[in-house]
Amino acid sequence: MNRRKFLSCFTTVTAAVTLPSLRGAAASSAHLFADTDMLGVLHDSARCIGCRKCEAACQKVNADVLPSPDKLKSPEPSFYYRSVMDKKRHTDFQRFTVVNRYKIEDRLPVYRKFQCNHCIEPACASACFVKALRKTPEGPVIYSPDLCVGCRYCMIACPFYVPAYDYDNTWNPLIYKCTMCAPRLAKGLLPGCVESCPKEALTFGRRKELLQIARQRIVDNQGIYVDHIYGEYEVGGTCWLYLSPVPHKNLGQPEVGKTAPTDLTADILGTAGLAAGILTALLGATCLVSSRRNKKYPAGHDAGDDRGDEQ
Amino acid sequence: MNSECKNNNTLLDCIKNNPVTAIILLVGLGLTVARFTSGIGGVTNLDNKNPWGFWMTFDLLCGIAIAAGGFAVTAAYYVFGQKHFGVFVRSTLTTAFLGYFFEVIALVYEVGQPWRLPYPIFWSQGTSSVLFLIGLCVFAYLMISFTELLPAVLEWLGKKDARKKAIRLVTPLAVIGAVIGIIHQSSLGALYVITPSKVHPLWYTTLMPLNFLVSSLFAGLSMVVVEGLLSHKFLHAYMDGQHIKTANRAVFGCGKAACFFMFAYLAMKVVQMADTSQHLSSGYGALFLAELAGGVALPALMLLTGIARKRTGLIQAGAIVAVLGVVLNRFNVSLVAFNYNLPAAERYFPSWMEIALSVFLFTLMVAAYRFICSRMPVLKTHKEYGEGVV
Ligand code: SF4
Ligand code: SF4
Ligand code: SF4
Repeated sequence: MNRRKFLSCFTTVTAAVTLPSLRGAAASSAHLFADTDMLGVLHDSARCIGCRKCEAACQKVNADVLPSPDKLKSPEPSFYYRSVMDKKRHTDFQRFTVVNRYKIEDRLPVYRKFQCNHCIEPACASACFVKALRKTPEGPVIYSPDLCVGCRYCMIACPFYVPAYDYDNTWNPLIYKCTMCAPRLAKGLLPGCVESCPKEALTFGRRKELLQIARQRIVDNQGIYVDHIYGEYEVGGTCWLYLSPVPHKNLGQPEVGKTAPTDLTADILGTAGLAAGILTALLGATCLVSSRRNKKYPAGHDAGDDRGDEQ
Repeated sequence: MNSECKNNNTLLDCIKNNPVTAIILLVGLGLTVARFTSGIGGVTNLDNKNPWGFWMTFDLLCGIAIAAGGFAVTAAYYVFGQKHFGVFVRSTLTTAFLGYFFEVIALVYEVGQPWRLPYPIFWSQGTSSVLFLIGLCVFAYLMISFTELLPAVLEWLGKKDARKKAIRLVTPLAVIGAVIGIIHQSSLGALYVITPSKVHPLWYTTLMPLNFLVSSLFAGLSMVVVEGLLSHKFLHAYMDGQHIKTANRAVFGCGKAACFFMFAYLAMKVVQMADTSQHLSSGYGALFLAELAGGVALPALMLLTGIARKRTGLIQAGAIVAVLGVVLNRFNVSLVAFNYNLPAAERYFPSWMEIALSVFLFTLMVAAYRFICSRMPVLKTHKEYGEGVV
């Protein structure tokens, strides 16, 4: 009676609700921005001299977000000391960007700037379960500190190990990562690091144009660059692009493949919705069949009544 | 947790009778204070490249996998009408409920801003995230398993009418509970699908959700057997004759089902190995094979023999190995295979405090289980509803 009605009703409702909602969610995350005219930055390791002026500028323009220098756990002597480059550094909650020096065989050192790559389909943003990380249509991947729960799944998801966490902060630990200077872009200013580079190793612009510039540089300077623009296809394409005189993997750029990781999970979330619908229907049906077959199994019975009554 | 700690004993007696438990609780409380005064960094070895560590693996991945028995047994009983599982329905539901409840408690330690834990459900839904799906599942299953247990609670409280109403909910909830359980177990595997470049290719596959689901099913069912064994040893006083008599048949039922899923899992893994066999000769390969042989094939054979020869002891031993095998698998995926590309110096190893806090939470969970079993009709049948407290 009631139970059967309830079950069939409930089956349809669940299927109707879960299916489209999860499908929709999956679809909305993928390919939303592909092929649009996003902003980006091109870093050219053949021009970069490792002066770290970009690092200094980044600290300055983000002074209101980053902890003030006297609060730093490991303050650096000054941006003019080059000895800090003796070891590989990484971004953390005190710095959105670092420049690392790479010694490759007997050539002069090569430098590479590290910060968020602002992926076209960012794994971090799709992994964030409160939308604290968000891809803006203009290009920057931005962060809302007021929403962040601190689950750190974005850090797991980012293929480049970019988002950093403030582990020692008890009451307001947050994620720290480069914003492509979205607040400055909104005011019509250049990103702090780009503006400060004395060698034009950083070029800001539309991603499409940056790719053209990069290709032109490879052609115009035969033998200088390796024929690979890192970020053109990596993880489905990133807004920051890199040119290098040595293979990118020698500059600590990971081999991450061309598939956007977000595509992989989008499929799964879609399947989850489908599976939920089908499973509910199947199990509901089984439930009805087995209860009808089993006369000793009346509606509204309970575990207490017939547990063990087969013995 | 061995010796009795009755209500009329003083606190001091309790401590004297359970010195190990007392120490665990004391250390755990101290570390809890440390966690919430000096931050996550104060008690863990986590860093920017290793954002998830022991807690995530042990409390969440392992804890939830072995709690799968809850929805599996409930579904077998209510949905598939396998009545000989009846003896385990309430005890596994209790474990599942406690498992999920303590998962939330563990999250309070694990995330940076636990007071925002309701955000993904009530405030800002990140629907593209696997973690969002997991959050929904935890939230839903917590409520479902609690409602399914309500009859036991109401019997304990002697509320006859309310119990009658609550019982009507149990069957439909068994259906939803199973669906949510299945989705939840697979989404735990799906967490790592987004990191193809970080997980060692032997463990990484886009089929990880399926691997996690099937392995959780046999882990959960094996855990039911192990739990039965432990309860029999330590909570015998709270069982009735009926329970003890029927438990044996249920052990066979769980063992059979677990055995089936183990062979299915082995077959899946062998097929998946076709693409990755070139990695088998490395150290990771050895670990991978050890996990599969010792953690799945061995217990599967033990269960098979135990069932064929009707040897309960062998089934129970196989179940213990199977649970440990799945625990090993979760550690391998999330800690050993994860970040395999990083140099040794940048890899993660848990601090003693992380381990101690997990042990602390686990101890609390066992204590809660004992509390419930000693008071509510979980391991026995309440014959006369409304007739006072057990
Ligand atoms: S590089 Fe990492 S943090 Fe930056 S957008 Fe891509 S996934 Fe997100
Ligand atoms: S740590 Fe914060 S930003 Fe990162 S996924 Fe979790 S909630 Fe989102
Ligand atoms: S774009 Fe802005 S935030 Fe990012 S590295 Fe440059 S200065 Fe720093």
